[in-house]
Amino acid sequence: MFLYLLKKLGVILPTFFGVTLVAFVFIRMLPGDPVLLMAGERGMSEERHTELMAKFGFDKPILVQYGYYLKQLAGGNFGTSIITRKPVLDEFITLFPATAELSLFAMIIAVFFGLPAGMIAATRRGSTFDHTVMTGALVGYSMPIFWWGLLLIIFFSGILGWTPVSGRISYLYYFEPVTGFMLIDSLLSGQEGAFSSAISHLILPAIVLGTIPLAVIARQTRSAMLEVLSEDYVRTARAKGLGPQRVIGLHALRNALIPVITVIGLQVGVLFAGAILTETIFSWPGIGKWMVDSIFRRDYSAVQGGLLLIAAIVMLVNLAVDLLYGLINPQIRHTD
Amino acid sequence: MTETTIQEAADIVQIVDDRPTGVRAQLAEFWSYFSENRGAVMGLFFFIAVVLIAVFANFIAPHLPNQQFRDALLQPPFWQTGGDVKFLLGTDAIGRDMLSRLIYGSRYSLFIGCIVVSFSLVVGVILGLVAGFFRGRIDTFIMRIMDVVLAFPSLLLALVLVAILGPSLINAMIAIAIVQQPHYVRLTRAAVMSEMTKDYVVAARVIGVRALRLMFITILPNCMAPLIVQAALSFSTAILDAAALGFLGMGAQPPTPEWGTMLAEAREFILSAWWVVTFPGVAILTTVLAINLMGDGLRDALDPKLKRS
Amino acid sequence: MPWIRNSNDHNCTMPLLEIENLTVTFKTAGGQFTAVDQVSLNIEPGEVVSIVGESGSGKSVSMLALMDLLPWTATITADTLRFDGLDLKTINKAQLRQIIGSKMAMIFQEPMTSLNPCFTVGFQLTETLKIHCGMNRAERKKRAIELLDLVGIPEPQKRLAAFPHQLSGGMNQRVMIAMAISCDPQLLIADEPTTALDVTIQAQILDLLLKLQKEKGMSLVLITHDMGVVAETAERVAVQYAGQQVEKQLVKGLFSNPHHPYTQALLNSLPERSNSRLLPSIAGVVPGQFDKPVGCLFSPRCKFATDLCRSTPPVAASLEFGRALCHYPLAEGHPTNYPKEVSA
Repeated sequence: MFLYLLKKLGVILPTFFGVTLVAFVFIRMLPGDPVLLMAGERGMSEERHTELMAKFGFDKPILVQYGYYLKQLAGGNFGTSIITRKPVLDEFITLFPATAELSLFAMIIAVFFGLPAGMIAATRRGSTFDHTVMTGALVGYSMPIFWWGLLLIIFFSGILGWTPVSGRISYLYYFEPVTGFMLIDSLLSGQEGAFSSAISHLILPAIVLGTIPLAVIARQTRSAMLEVLSEDYVRTARAKGLGPQRVIGLHALRNALIPVITVIGLQVGVLFAGAILTETIFSWPGIGKWMVDSIFRRDYSAVQGGLLLIAAIVMLVNLAVDLLYGLINPQIRHTD
Repeated sequence: MTETTIQEAADIVQIVDDRPTGVRAQLAEFWSYFSENRGAVMGLFFFIAVVLIAVFANFIAPHLPNQQFRDALLQPPFWQTGGDVKFLLGTDAIGRDMLSRLIYGSRYSLFIGCIVVSFSLVVGVILGLVAGFFRGRIDTFIMRIMDVVLAFPSLLLALVLVAILGPSLINAMIAIAIVQQPHYVRLTRAAVMSEMTKDYVVAARVIGVRALRLMFITILPNCMAPLIVQAALSFSTAILDAAALGFLGMGAQPPTPEWGTMLAEAREFILSAWWVVTFPGVAILTTVLAINLMGDGLRDALDPKLKRS
Repeated sequence: MPWIRNSNDHNCTMPLLEIENLTVTFKTAGGQFTAVDQVSLNIEPGEVVSIVGESGSGKSVSMLALMDLLPWTATITADTLRFDGLDLKTINKAQLRQIIGSKMAMIFQEPMTSLNPCFTVGFQLTETLKIHCGMNRAERKKRAIELLDLVGIPEPQKRLAAFPHQLSGGMNQRVMIAMAISCDPQLLIADEPTTALDVTIQAQILDLLLKLQKEKGMSLVLITHDMGVVAETAERVAVQYAGQQVEKQLVKGLFSNPHHPYTQALLNSLPERSNSRLLPSIAGVVPGQFDKPVGCLFSPRCKFATDLCRSTPPVAASLEFGRALCHYPLAEGHPTNYPKEVSA
């Protein structure tokens, strides 16, 4: 187990440095002068230009610049937004909970519906239920989710009027964020109707974002279960006279979950990509929308910092998933 | 009693294995597995239909994609009141025929898919072959680079790349191709590594086959099955990602009738003119669905584990 | 006549297991496939019976059908299917599950994959104790240690917390045996228990099985393709070929005086019995789903085959001739009632 961890860390570290390199190089790949870019539309005088070049070290050799950059990162400085003039890290931390809340809910929906669907489809292989689930899953991940979101908005917000179109909570409510998670904060605020408003704002984006993970989880669970159900130890369990619920729900599922956990973990990267689109459609004030806006506003510091932070989070989550995998797979956890 | 000698045994046992061999036979065998999957066959036919539509767009489309009809702005489809048979699926905000735009738009989607897949396939296979064949430092180096690419959410990386290169269809394709690299590289590398241990490779080496020939002619053809499946799946991913970039305004630029870009322009009309929003999405969905169905069918047909004798 | 002693015909003590004309067919893409064709077998309490045959002879399928371990594509029919007086054809699934694992147990060929990799040995061992015997936790643990000791596993306390992948193949098979006998079954079915193990371990496992069988007085059905194993362990033998039961007699008689040409050919192909440089083999292959011969299934490979053999399916011979499924059952190596023109 320990060796397994060490190996995983050994891979992560060079990858992380590679990621910082990409973020570092990114701003220098943009056409034009980095200082002028950072100045934005206003432009600047010659002296100021030289002054800033020296200040940021853009006149030094590239390796030295990279060293400075790493030093900055180590000190927690991920750059300063050109537009808002605030540290990128601060903006990120402010906006991250919105994306986290949305992603968490989307994942809960995906697992809550996808896992049982895949399981039952596997146990009833070839049945109508199986075909329906598999076709549904296929449609689910063939769907352009930005369009799916628009469709749901048309239907639920436009025609039925059940859900709002944008934002995290009705503008009628205002309270200071405590955790950043609207559901928790609205409960804490004690204001009547705040919680239900938060939920009604969250539900549609969460469904949209969770559609692809749901489809993938359903398919993967089904194929993992099918493989497990044909294994010898399932036959042994049946030969012991155990009932079908125990055989499938305990003996088979435990083994099938192992590869499925990895798949669930990998969906985090997919969730971030999906969040970009979902937040744009629902005007959800999270990291995804912030990145898109920053790109359009040419706020390159924000893009650079955001890129790095998001990649770091994805890598951390993958590491956590690898760890979890090592824990639940007895063949890795208990190696003599 | 007498024992059966080898000769006598051979005479008694007449092995009659007259199954046909050769490339044609392989294709026929593949088709018999593939055609068992009705969904895959439907997907194939639909895809062929889309290809034909794209190729013969000039003849099929009733109008030109950028032709504006000033007196028919935001006209609903022909079956709704206010609709006209002249514009079967209605018109958009500046009077362009939806149906024609969709038909011409198929060209862009297919073009994107082909270019992205070809590029990714070629580069990914070469990198994967090199990594899997030579192992050691080269392998580690290549895999680390792929890990770095994978550390970023795909759409985000594509978005940033397009931001650097400038928003256009070509740049979107380059960005998507780069983002899809790691999948091909990993796949090829894994397939190569597992083939390397097999006897036929050892035999080829023993008779002196050189590295280049060994890689491309001996090993590569045996790794094709998962690559073909991956190519099908990434074709559909490329179409989706290009549409997403177009939707965000970073892909094909207006007035290009790319389906994603059409959705971006239509966003403000979701509550007032549903057809402008629905049809491009349906086009994307059905095309991607058809390709995914084909991909599933390909995987089932090519999977050696499922091969029946 | 000694071979009448344990017969299928009516006997004073009731047989533990009565199978009569068991047929199992599978639904496949190419139609129905008959894996077991009218097999009959009675097993007395405390008896050791061996079922011998090549791969594909259906020897495992008949026992799997008994334990309800076949997939849904299987259709099982039988004239009689009775265990300890209970009619297995009419009881419902819940009742069947009460017998399986407790009174009737089975161990399989691949010990390394037959145990669940996610649970400890102790957990898997005590499952039957919990469900069939209703013991509490302390009792279960004590019994588990006893069982592991019984099957010859050193340091049983430590082994309870071990995972299957941490044990060797031989140890895993011992755990499987412990699991099977945990509720003192009356019948233990061992499906090629030693095929996947090293030769030295094979002997140990077989000895263990026989020792347990004697100590507990349970019946043992040993399914194998190894005639050597049969010779060492069985009291009675049933030979299967292509789903059919071609011979059934006491072990001594089987080896000294086989009645079916297939049995004779099997015995002759044992390396110990060869007396020339070339090892004899049985030419031809076992018929599959699509090339079942009309007439006797063994006729393409039988050196005594006549036109009658090739055209008409044989009927089981009398008890004297070990119920051999042959038109001309062998006696002292020669076919009886053989047409003179052919034997030239």
